[in-house]
Amino acid sequence: MLSFNVVIAISLCYVAILFMVAFMAERRAMMGNATWLYSPLIYTLSLSIYCTAWTFYGAVGYAARSGLEFATIYLGPTLMMIGWWWILRKLVRIGRAQRITSIADLVSSRFGKSTSLGMIVTVISVVAATPYIALQLQSVTLSFAVFAQSNGHVWRDAELNATAMWVSVGLVIFTVIFGTRNLDANERHHGIVMAIAVEAVVKLVALLAVGVFVVWGVAGGPSEMLTRIDASPITLWDHNGGRWISLLFLSAAAFICLPRMFQVLVVENADERHLAIASWAFPAYLMLMSLFVVPIAVVGLDLLPTGSNPDLFVLTVPLSQGRDGLAMLSFLGGFSSATSMVMVATIALATMVSNHIVVPIWLSMRPNQQAVMSGDIRHVILLARRLSIAAVLFLGFIYYRVSGGGTALAAIGLVSFSGAVQILPAMIGGIFWRGATRIGAAAGLIVGLTLWLWTLFLPSFGADALISQSVFDNGPFGLSWLRPQALFGISGLDPLVHGILWSMILNTGTFIIGSLVSFPTPLERLQGAQFVNIFEHSAAAPAWTNAAAGAEDLLIMAQRIMGSTDAQAIFEREATRQGKKGYLPEVTPAFIELLERELAGSVGAATAHAMVGQLIGGSGVSVEDLIAVADEAAQILEYSNRLEAKSTEQEQTARALRDANAKLTALSIQKDAFLSQISHELRTPMTSIRSFSDILRDGEVGGDAQKRYSGIIHDEAIRLTRLLDDLLDLSVLENGQVMLNEQTGSLSALLDRAIGGAGLLGSNLKIVRTPEVDDVTITTDLDRLVQVFINLIANSRKYCDARHPRLKISVFDRGSHFYIDFVDNGSGIAADNQQLIFEKFSRVADGSKAGGAGLGLAICREIMRRLGGDITYLPGQYGTAFRLRLPKKKLKNTLGEL
Amino acid sequence: MGKRVLLIEDEPNILEAISFILSRDGWTVHTHEDGETAMQKVVGFPPDMIILDVMLPGRSGFDILRDLRGTDTTKDIPVMMLTARGQEKDRELALRLGANHFMTKPFSNAEVRDHVRNLMEA
Repeated sequence: MLSFNVVIAISLCYVAILFMVAFMAERRAMMGNATWLYSPLIYTLSLSIYCTAWTFYGAVGYAARSGLEFATIYLGPTLMMIGWWWILRKLVRIGRAQRITSIADLVSSRFGKSTSLGMIVTVISVVAATPYIALQLQSVTLSFAVFAQSNGHVWRDAELNATAMWVSVGLVIFTVIFGTRNLDANERHHGIVMAIAVEAVVKLVALLAVGVFVVWGVAGGPSEMLTRIDASPITLWDHNGGRWISLLFLSAAAFICLPRMFQVLVVENADERHLAIASWAFPAYLMLMSLFVVPIAVVGLDLLPTGSNPDLFVLTVPLSQGRDGLAMLSFLGGFSSATSMVMVATIALATMVSNHIVVPIWLSMRPNQQAVMSGDIRHVILLARRLSIAAVLFLGFIYYRVSGGGTALAAIGLVSFSGAVQILPAMIGGIFWRGATRIGAAAGLIVGLTLWLWTLFLPSFGADALISQSVFDNGPFGLSWLRPQALFGISGLDPLVHGILWSMILNTGTFIIGSLVSFPTPLERLQGAQFVNIFEHSAAAPAWTNAAAGAEDLLIMAQRIMGSTDAQAIFEREATRQGKKGYLPEVTPAFIELLERELAGSVGAATAHAMVGQLIGGSGVSVEDLIAVADEAAQILEYSNRLEAKSTEQEQTARALRDANAKLTALSIQKDAFLSQISHELRTPMTSIRSFSDILRDGEVGGDAQKRYSGIIHDEAIRLTRLLDDLLDLSVLENGQVMLNEQTGSLSALLDRAIGGAGLLGSNLKIVRTPEVDDVTITTDLDRLVQVFINLIANSRKYCDARHPRLKISVFDRGSHFYIDFVDNGSGIAADNQQLIFEKFSRVADGSKAGGAGLGLAICREIMRRLGGDITYLPGQYGTAFRLRLPKKKLKNTLGEL
Repeated sequence: MGKRVLLIEDEPNILEAISFILSRDGWTVHTHEDGETAMQKVVGFPPDMIILDVMLPGRSGFDILRDLRGTDTTKDIPVMMLTARGQEKDRELALRLGANHFMTKPFSNAEVRDHVRNLMEA
């Protein structure tokens, strides 16, 4: 007999293995060499979270109680998968195009990025998922108890509760670690998905093993098994047609409405084509899972004493035959089913709670731009997600305690399913019917939720628990037409069929009528057209016009949400696409649209829209903008898209020509200007030198004045020399062949050297460094690099106007390059001047203060070019910021030719 | 009490040098370093003569000259322009705009003194 401690130890080992698997998948994905993570096989296996502990243990119990009805739970998703072309494909396409993060986000986004709809769907999802999570906790707890009891010790409630609590705590930890690593909910959770795939295999193998044992080990072969089945009472159940149809509908609808299924089907989908393979592979998986359900149920009923819980046959049948190893495997299968479901469900729900409830409330408490510009939104969201994960599991635990763990597994599962499918009308209507409106969706959802709570959820606790027996019999306040299981006086129906029928009919009816009588806002129409016609045109009409926000403000906001690396990458890519240098693109409506979609991947459509709106100043889409999309056929749209593409092309050619022309003109003007600049820079110190040397020669002054004037002559002569040096240096760098003296050295030591050489003595500039990061070895022309460092540090010393000037030097390893950022806390450089500062003689501040000729940054730029890297101004840092990019590989040739 | 000259120039060393030369020659020298506010300074304190640099922070010497010549109270004040750019077209522009003399940096002290004297006597 397995001792209970051995069971605990094996479970912990199993969790540790899962942890390793998740961790390694996460690592591999981060290093970018994990294409197998995106395979259709992993996708199909991840869908198996549909098969929870309810399916693993409960299906057998279901079969033992109600015969073949259990098969509907497998048939529903099978129908949905086989018909994937019509619904699933559309959902996945929309999910990817709109960067949808959850089912709440889908509904909210479709109906004009509505915050309130997001909240309603989130509430429905959380309430509906709570019993289901409780169910998983219950099944894990019961399976632990089986082992304890088989050792002759019967668990008391306290021990059951403690086990359930420890399981919840463990799940919270695992989920927080692997589920909230990325803020971008639209990004895939590789670790979790991999762990789920492993668990999918374990539970299938476990169930098949028990099945094979039952058929060949206990019954003695397939034909004997069939005889036993014929003789068993299972086949005697009369089949209720209404229940069959209801259950088929319920499981098919729940398959796409459950937040966790939406998460794996749509959000974690890496490639639309995976659906095609999953459309037969997943039904095959379900078929295997259901293959031995009836045999196990029949044998269980035969072998075990009457009154034993059929929900645990999968575990108790092997145990009763002394097959400890098999029982252990079966236990791990059940454990896998429960944990994988809970992890994905809590991630999905936590994303919804944080994006649709916490962040909107947090934003509404800060009603101006400050909200999106300051404070670290990332931290707020991540914290919200982590707390939500804990809260969702805690709710499940509470439900488990309150419901007493007594109800049959299958019954709880069905109640939960029927709650989730209340979202179905709004979702399906949203993606197929352009006339659907927010008002209609909200009204339908609320009616559906209310009816579900009244007819199914509250009664699920049993009579006299939350609803007294008299209400069941006579209705509330004696209103008999409101009896929870006989609404409008129609009694005699199965309670489940009754609840589903009424809630779905009234939900759908309200949704349709509400949509017909209300008028959609422009944004709703726009989103509606994009959702319904997702296959006809992917280019969207701009939802923003007359954008007034500065690119830099948008960048600051994006950095707060996505982190600086990702945000800068998006801005840089767009700037490059527009043919601009640096990080700041033109703020076009198309760019705002793109940015909003990227942000939506982190915080959901409604919140992203609200945040962008706060910066842009509410100049959202107008009715006129919509004329193009509002009511025409798809062809017109496609035509106009093509037209747009063509005019973009023409515009690009024209721009290229204009640029070339401007460059030529500028070149000759530049040459002129350059010469007269040089003249000015040389003549100015010479003027002082000549005047004061005249004065000294005349011999009229003596003493202090004489000393002072010769001092001026000296300083000006040095200024002149330095200027000539710089000019020579620059001219060689720009035109000549530069001998690069390639050496290998420590970046950290180079920075030390530069800080020493930047003349900081007597200045109060404070240098902040990250020595643990900048301690890397580089191979390049070290002296030239130090020259650049010195220039940047000296610039900060001269220009940083903060009361306590501080310069932060940070080093990043970015694969093929090192990034070295110099960011000070001064007032920064205005966007207009950010490109200009690299030009020769361009001083933004006035010359006398700078004491240089304005060649420093031009020289830096040339040096970095020679070293194979570059220097750019880094906007959005609240100060002056430069980024050096230095290639890791050796220089191609030491002459540094360009 | 000597005549008043206003020196508009942003390089502190050059300011000091010219001030020294002219004070020694009996002038009362006033200085101003900013192009933007130069016009107000002139109008509020009409000097007998102005020495005006071309490259000033805020506003160019040419623009100031144009304003000086367009304003009744200042249109007759003699103006000598200084530049370090040394291009012929700058000289032409200065004279066309009404400068009385145009001098390229660097210059000898005697040159400055003599031209200022000449302008006052003319």
